[in-house]
Amino acid sequence: MAEAESRLRINTEAGVTRVEFIDRNILDEANIQAIGDEINGLITVADDPRLLISFRNVDHLSSAALGTLITINNRIREKGGQLRLADIDAQIYEVFVITRLNRLFEIHETTEKAAESFG
Amino acid sequence: MPEPNGATSGPVRVSVANDRDEIERTAAAILVKLEARGYSKASIFAIKLAFEEAITNAFKHGHRALEADPPVSVDYEIDDDEVLIAIEDRGPGFDVKEVPDPTLDENLTVPSGRGLMLIRSYMTEVRHNKAGNRVEMIYRKPANSAK
Repeated sequence: MAEAESRLRINTEAGVTRVEFIDRNILDEANIQAIGDEINGLITVADDPRLLISFRNVDHLSSAALGTLITINNRIREKGGQLRLADIDAQIYEVFVITRLNRLFEIHETTEKAAESFG
Repeated sequence: MPEPNGATSGPVRVSVANDRDEIERTAAAILVKLEARGYSKASIFAIKLAFEEAITNAFKHGHRALEADPPVSVDYEIDDDEVLIAIEDRGPGFDVKEVPDPTLDENLTVPSGRGLMLIRSYMTEVRHNKAGNRVEMIYRKPANSAK
């Protein structure tokens, strides 16, 4: 069976794994599941996961996508790693504020600032 | 009343299967009418978000106890200043009072349960029928139309 096409762009710079979404809309349950599985794979193989997720291309995301981000955050914390979110559009940032998830996640204005923030 | 893009107004009822293409076609049909009636980017964002969350809830939670996953009914009516979207599933319904508040500190790390609160945050009015298997969401265009 052919491997499902990745919905992410992934690269590693200075020990930080940078993840960017290909889709503008993170709404489809099956896609969200696939994205979660792929990122969980990255966390599993890292001893000290340092993950930076950029929302540069994202116009819409659902509560299911937020749920996947929370699961990713929980797993990274279990492993003593660090997660940063960046480049979140103002309308989407409002979703984080309404749900109070801006208090759970460390969110930076730009990918560059997020990359500099890793301890 | 005719609209600039030729779309018709008045109430619309469609049956939508749990299929991504079908859900997106329905969302697109609603968004075209919103744009034709001059709803702002922020209004369209809010309405799209509420529609997506409600239809996901219908299939994921509403139909959880069903063996089959039948289509849901989507009713919508879009006027110049007000939008009504109603989604009815075929499940046994749920008690909205039973849904925990996801913004409490103890629930912040729980991955689920944010759909309904987002719908309530972005729509002007949200009603459920007695059975709890139909949600009616009303969005009123802000007076200054900046949103």
